[in-house]
Amino acid sequence: MAKPSVLVLRAPGTNCDQETQFAFERAGASTERIHINQLIENPSLANDAQILCLPGGFSYGDDIAAGRILAGQIRNHLCDLLNDFKTSDKLIIGICNGFQVLLQTGVLLADNFGESAQATLTDNKSGKFEDRWVYLAADNSRCVFLKGIEKMYLPVAHAEGRFVTREPSLLDTLGSSSQLALRYCRPPAFATNGKVPYPENPNGSDGHVAGLCDDTGRVLGLMPHPERFIDRTHHPRWTREELPENGEGLRIFENAVEYFS
Amino acid sequence: MGRIDVTLWEVDIYPADSQPDRKAERVAAEAAELGVVENLSLKTARGFLLEGDLTPEQVLTIAERLLANAVVERTVVAKVGDPTLHTSSNGHSQLVHVIPKPGVMDPVAQSAKKAIQDLDVPVSEVRTLSKYWLEPLDSKPLDALCERVLANDSVEQVVVGPLNLERLEVGSDYKFELVTVPIRTLDDEGLERLSREGQLYLTLVEMQTIKSYFEELGRDPTDIELESVAQTWSEHCSHKTLAGRIAYECEGKQWQFENMLKETIFAATVKIREQLGDDDWCVSVFEDNAGIVTFDDDYHVVFKVETHNHPSALEPYGGANTGIGGVIRDPLGTGLGAKPVCNTDVFCFADPNTAADQLPPGVLHPRRVMKGVVSGVRDYGNRMGIPTVNGAIYFDQRYLGNPLVYCGNVGILPVNKTKKCPLPGDHIVAIGGRTGRDGIHGATFSSAELTSESESVSGGAVQIGNAITEKMLLDVLLKARDEGLYNAVTDCGAGGFSSAVGEMGEKLGAEVWLDRAPTKYDGLSYTEIWISEAQERMVLAVPPNNWEAFEALCRSEGVEATILGAFVETGRLVLKYGDEQVADLAMEFLHDGRPPVIRKATYEVQPAKPVDNSKLSSAVSHDETLTRILGSLNVASKEWVIRQYDHEVQGGSVIKPLVGVENDGPGDAAVVRPRLDSSRGLVIGCGMNPLYGDLDPYHMAASGIDEAVRNCVAVGADPARIAILDNFCWGYTDRPETLGSLVRAALACYDVATVLETPFISGKDSLNNEFSYMEGGEKQTISIPSTLLISAMGQVADVRTCVTMDLKSAGNKLFLIGDTKNELGGSHFCLVNDMHGDGHVPQMDPNVAANTFASMHRAISGGLVRSCHDLSEGGLAVATAEMAFAGGLGAFVDLRKVQHSIADNELGDIRLLFSESNTRFLCEVSANNADAFANCFASNGIPCAEIGEANESGNVEFTSLAGESCINSSIAQLKSAWQSPLAWE
Repeated sequence: MAKPSVLVLRAPGTNCDQETQFAFERAGASTERIHINQLIENPSLANDAQILCLPGGFSYGDDIAAGRILAGQIRNHLCDLLNDFKTSDKLIIGICNGFQVLLQTGVLLADNFGESAQATLTDNKSGKFEDRWVYLAADNSRCVFLKGIEKMYLPVAHAEGRFVTREPSLLDTLGSSSQLALRYCRPPAFATNGKVPYPENPNGSDGHVAGLCDDTGRVLGLMPHPERFIDRTHHPRWTREELPENGEGLRIFENAVEYFS
Repeated sequence: MGRIDVTLWEVDIYPADSQPDRKAERVAAEAAELGVVENLSLKTARGFLLEGDLTPEQVLTIAERLLANAVVERTVVAKVGDPTLHTSSNGHSQLVHVIPKPGVMDPVAQSAKKAIQDLDVPVSEVRTLSKYWLEPLDSKPLDALCERVLANDSVEQVVVGPLNLERLEVGSDYKFELVTVPIRTLDDEGLERLSREGQLYLTLVEMQTIKSYFEELGRDPTDIELESVAQTWSEHCSHKTLAGRIAYECEGKQWQFENMLKETIFAATVKIREQLGDDDWCVSVFEDNAGIVTFDDDYHVVFKVETHNHPSALEPYGGANTGIGGVIRDPLGTGLGAKPVCNTDVFCFADPNTAADQLPPGVLHPRRVMKGVVSGVRDYGNRMGIPTVNGAIYFDQRYLGNPLVYCGNVGILPVNKTKKCPLPGDHIVAIGGRTGRDGIHGATFSSAELTSESESVSGGAVQIGNAITEKMLLDVLLKARDEGLYNAVTDCGAGGFSSAVGEMGEKLGAEVWLDRAPTKYDGLSYTEIWISEAQERMVLAVPPNNWEAFEALCRSEGVEATILGAFVETGRLVLKYGDEQVADLAMEFLHDGRPPVIRKATYEVQPAKPVDNSKLSSAVSHDETLTRILGSLNVASKEWVIRQYDHEVQGGSVIKPLVGVENDGPGDAAVVRPRLDSSRGLVIGCGMNPLYGDLDPYHMAASGIDEAVRNCVAVGADPARIAILDNFCWGYTDRPETLGSLVRAALACYDVATVLETPFISGKDSLNNEFSYMEGGEKQTISIPSTLLISAMGQVADVRTCVTMDLKSAGNKLFLIGDTKNELGGSHFCLVNDMHGDGHVPQMDPNVAANTFASMHRAISGGLVRSCHDLSEGGLAVATAEMAFAGGLGAFVDLRKVQHSIADNELGDIRLLFSESNTRFLCEVSANNADAFANCFASNGIPCAEIGEANESGNVEFTSLAGESCINSSIAQLKSAWQSPLAWE
């Protein structure tokens, strides 16, 4: 079987592209990193790709707001490409900055070009960038990236990851359609109902939301970094705990690859 | 003229009513902390000024779709001056605007402009602004608030009340006019005045040398020629003091150095390389922009640490920002360009709790300095996608007017890309950011002492960085490197093009066409272009055949590349502006014409002042001392800082800066895998202890090396593969005793490095770190403590053998490695008990250290060690407590089992607990490995004693020499003492 091919999209300020590419390759995909300028000039570069990945970083410096400028550029120039991925049984994943971008393109939650966005990712409640590991509870019934995953332990590293909805009812709607793919939680119960205070909920997200999938389950955006936990030695306590060789984050990339097998 | 159509629009963006106003909360908190005003009530907005021929609809669309976030923000849009912009949203009447000064880097505005243009909206200029609605304040607190909290005068302007601005455009027309400086007619006094007023900061002898050079040529220099010489001869670029002639005298003995650095630090490396022979693993040292050593078959590894002290004193955010940005360009400009893989940052500040009314004039509050510096490093490092994995913060009141900011970067370089060599005919190419008026005279300014006036004299030297420009430059440069498109590269640092082109063309010759340089705005003179230190620029030598491919590659990623001139085989530096020649200097004069600096240095050894035993007996309880040391600023947890740095980007994190059962204990050194397909690791650590320097700089330097190496060894680094860097930050070295203390430290570096066979591979110094101000009509000067940072880069063959410092399991044995001596001098025991200055400063025996490190590595790599922590500030007591609370376990230690060489009459629990003797480790070993572990040391004659064990008690307990409990504190209490001092919001 041919390896599924991944297009890792980079832009000025993208900085998790190489390790994300490595994670996909470790999971069995073939990958290519392509600059946004090249793709705008020649969208057919994406024709062979089955998985579109928007990796982490600070696209355009996160100037104005995180992911804002890249999202605008994609809306302006690559709308068709995104729709094509969504309608032709392909996958899209946005990690950290990639999630911030995806949410603003309307590909995760439909909107009318920003004006009536249903939800956003904005400044952490702590008011600052933070790098820390968090426990996550997964809703795997819709999202293909999370198949077989119930809980995870992954690092977050961001300043603007607080998920805020315009209407509180949106959380219920998304929850009942299994689109709240990943939520911050407290071990050992991994419960997401009730209080998940800081720092377990590292940014103060409404509903403790850490990741969101679209209604097809084939588009996933998440703030945590699965590519930063693909090896045992990535775990912050690997020197004191018994752990399998592969990190928990690798499963997300493997699920994406297995979707095409 | 078309200008009539141009209007200036303002978009104000407020947090929506449902959202908290975090910025207001922060400003109110800082205003209270800095003693400006309590319980300040205010509302904030961020905003944009947009200039261009824009319709109201266009501005509204931009505001809603691009600039604001409709879910959490609301906008107010109007033309500048419109009353709706001056209507208070919260009933507060006092309006304050803060705007970047014209010409100051405004990255958000730059990006916004491009994004707006991408929407086909004809905006011509953008600037950001901050807006504050305040409760009514008297003019005095209002001024203080603006000055200390809201704005920094060196980069921002404050407008109180409505904004009356018509245009944003900066710059002006430039009319070429060649300036010559009649140096030949000046007497000595005139030469000195020219040096000072022209901000050349050259000595009289240097000015005389320049004068006679031009007398021989029979003409006067142009301004740009004079500037070129000043830049090249600056302390910053040529290290003329330490690389100069020094007559050193100590204890009646005299040394004569022709080149002090070369005969100490550099000589150590030469000797080590000779000793190693075929096993020499240095590749390039003290030569390129960073030192290079071998790593694996495919890659070498490079390391550089720089300081950015003076800019950080004036504008902490920008200074630190451009400090890290600058040092990243060093590996990038080493060989044909190394890929940066991690950062290390070390800072020295005054106590952040200093009372605001105790500050001398012209000094920023240390809390503000610290917050600014941390944010500056955070924003640049994180945006570059380079993990900041190691660091330290040191506090001492003597850093009040002159904080220290050390920034370091490690990169990996393909083994076949280490050599660079521009060829005649190569284009001189500039890539990256544009040239502006920023950073003029940074190189020469760093030679000067800071005064309370510095801000107004040198404001032009202060800059803000734009990390994304540098990230784009990095991406494109490494691609071009792999495609072999250029012959040489170097960074534009201090001195700008002047230094970069001057260095690259030193052996060849260069002709530069200054009018071709892309500038941020009009009006720059040819000299300003030449010496501007605008950030994020690099200079390359591109063969004409490759230009097309190179330029296309740059263009495809939006990076500007410009041909500035050509390398020519003339041995001369020729500068032109249009058709006009503005400079013609011999490269030889520029690089070798500087008269040697000759300085005197003296050092007087102070006999150790014994610790007053009566003070010891009246000291507080040992539990209390332990708690105080854990809560002292130097030892206290730096988690607030560490978490703001992305330490895991690039995916190679192995040992993080914070370790343990709750991910919050103090790791000894960081470990990263620079190649994701390999388990070979890099280990980054550092050592520094200015308090020891107050007693003896020799032992400070030796201890610094010991600490840096010991930190690396403690996590598993191979001591035979550790390279180190020196960064001397000293006071005014024209004073023989100040220079003497530096020479003494450098001699220790030689003595210790050669025995450990730990080579110095690069270094940098920063002199004249003093701050002076007038008080009561008298000049007061604060000199920093002599501060030597040793940064260490180790290697580990397989990262899976690494260990951390947190206790792992109850029942495991605790072993103390190394000899404990009567060494409380410079210790934290003395510091927290007001006895600093007393006692014997820790010494180190490099032969014992070499053996100890090798034995420890055998034990760790053999899998015999569950956890390992080095002993440093606070000695055995602090190391035990840290291991216990990091592991969430109790620990018991019996002081009667500690091996020591303390004389009977000096022996006491205090010295065993708190002495800071070098080359010691505390290790946790499982019972069944205890014998094998002990054998690793016994066979080398290294003291190794089982002194206690880990347990489930939840307490740290010590049994005294008398067999009684002398410390018994809960780990929860100790941890809280350690975490609370710097647990900022």
